[in-house]
Amino acid sequence: MTAYIIRRLLILPIILIGITLIIFSMIWMLGPDRLLASYIKSPEALKTPDAKERLIAKYGLDQPTVVQYFKWLGNILQGDFGYSNIAKKPVQEAIAERIPYTLELAMWAIIPVIVGGVWLGVLSGTHHNQPLDHGIRIFSLIGWSMPDFVFGLLILLLFYTILGWFPPGYLSYESEAVLRSGEWHRYTNMATIDSILNGNFKIFIDAFRHLIGPILTIAYLWWAYVLRITRSSMLEVLKKDYIRTARAKGLSEKVVINKHARKNALIPVVTVAGGMLVSLLAGVVIVESVFNRPGLGRFTAQAATQLDYFSILGSALVFSVILVLVNLIVDISYAFIDPRIRLS
Amino acid sequence: MSVKKTEFKRMIRRYFKIPTNVLGTLLLIIFIIIAILAPVICPPKAGADPFKIPIATWSAAPVAPTADHPFGIIGGRDIFYGVIWGTRSAFKIGLVVSLISALIGVVVGSISSYFGGWVDEIMMRITDIFMSIPFLVAAMIMTTILGKGLDKVMVALIIFGWMRVARLIRGNILQAKSEQYVLAAKALGIPDWKIIVKHILPNTIFPVLVQVSMRIGSLVITAAALSFLGVGAEPGYADWGTILSYSRNWMTELDKSWFAILYPGTAMVLFVLAWNLVGDGLRDTFDPKMK
Repeated sequence: MTAYIIRRLLILPIILIGITLIIFSMIWMLGPDRLLASYIKSPEALKTPDAKERLIAKYGLDQPTVVQYFKWLGNILQGDFGYSNIAKKPVQEAIAERIPYTLELAMWAIIPVIVGGVWLGVLSGTHHNQPLDHGIRIFSLIGWSMPDFVFGLLILLLFYTILGWFPPGYLSYESEAVLRSGEWHRYTNMATIDSILNGNFKIFIDAFRHLIGPILTIAYLWWAYVLRITRSSMLEVLKKDYIRTARAKGLSEKVVINKHARKNALIPVVTVAGGMLVSLLAGVVIVESVFNRPGLGRFTAQAATQLDYFSILGSALVFSVILVLVNLIVDISYAFIDPRIRLS
Repeated sequence: MSVKKTEFKRMIRRYFKIPTNVLGTLLLIIFIIIAILAPVICPPKAGADPFKIPIATWSAAPVAPTADHPFGIIGGRDIFYGVIWGTRSAFKIGLVVSLISALIGVVVGSISSYFGGWVDEIMMRITDIFMSIPFLVAAMIMTTILGKGLDKVMVALIIFGWMRVARLIRGNILQAKSEQYVLAAKALGIPDWKIIVKHILPNTIFPVLVQVSMRIGSLVITAAALSFLGVGAEPGYADWGTILSYSRNWMTELDKSWFAILYPGTAMVLFVLAWNLVGDGLRDTFDPKMK
């Protein structure tokens, strides 16, 4: 066990350095000319005839690649990610501001994903090969093949354009005005949580209304996945001897399913939950772009379309580090849960 | 040979016994026919690039479906034409990206498991590193750097898409190393590389093909997502994601451009569904272990 954790921790810096190498080689592929655009804050800087060469020299873009890499790495380690032309502020500040929006969405979305997915999976498993099971499977097959942005657009079309219930964006203008007023205390920068802490229930409702569209989109696509795992694991568990014993004891079917089968069927779901959280965080790029939610995902997509290189690379670095750390925590916690991993 | 043939026939029969497999195969055949017949269904203008959707009107506003333009017009482009020719783009993306990245994966996995030791350690860590950057984000940056265009999207998807196959092949070869037929070949003095190419790889190719077919759907989604975000194919390219991206300009009036979401969206869902069903069916038929 200790050896396993130590090994994982020893590999961690290698992976992190590897990520910086890949991201740096992407910067390097841009070439000095295109990179220069990221350093210039106004077109005036290029007015004089030799300005380009001078600026390339000034920012060290003509130096050997290795020197440039270590300079860049040094800056990153000191928390300097460069200047973001679309946010008009340093990249690290722009990213820090946007993370709460993304976390808030991921947090609210993971609850219906797991609860709904498990519920449907258990239902499907206990009604094996009955019409209900077929219905749920068709529902999940479509979700499994549905691109997130297509479903997001359909949700917007139905619930915003036609019904007018759940608008895109983050908050209504009125709520934003309240947030800017002096009486509002920012605790987490997540409107749903801050509104509870501020005791303002109206803002909570407003913030939640804006969250429903993205949550529905994420939930439907992930249900397909959670449901499939729960269903097959439920079918497996229901064949086990201890289930037969429980039934032979004369327990009601409800008790057998709820107390004996479901708990054991959930083990594989727990195993994928961590990985799911990671994919969910990466998936916000699309969902946030569709629903116009000002989080890290939409920021990355905007930076990519507007060729704001430092912002893209900074976001990629943050996404990757989150992914690596969550994976590490998940793997180590499995080792605690499942003795088979601990021993091998 | 005849034993192999009956075995194969039995597998085919088992595959077609399951209704979802039949549905997936049928959908796929329909898409293949549409892709082949694209020049007949929607003949491109002589001399023009068939993958450029011809401009139907100069106004950018969406035009509801009419007899001439059965799926409507958005961004001045005929949606029907885009959906039909987009089938070819989808096949191109799915097949080229999944096959080339699988090939890279096979090479990396074979080298890694053949040499073992330090080489294996280094190559697997490189694989880990490539897997540590979220796929969509990595592909998005790469496309931004390479520039606009479907070919650039495909290159980006290949660069960050070979890792799973590499791991699969490596695992399979390591496992096969201790099997009887490999030990026998070794005892006969056949060189290692020849054993890998002639004996082990043909035996591990089915899981790879299953993996390839299962990835095609998600690759088409990712490529379309890049176009939708505005970093993929050029505007006006016959690609489902590109048509869908026009809707982003009409976010507040989606009811006026519903046809620009519904038709390419349905085409995409069915295409992805077809590959997912076929991939799943192939996996269950040829490789019950992976279930």
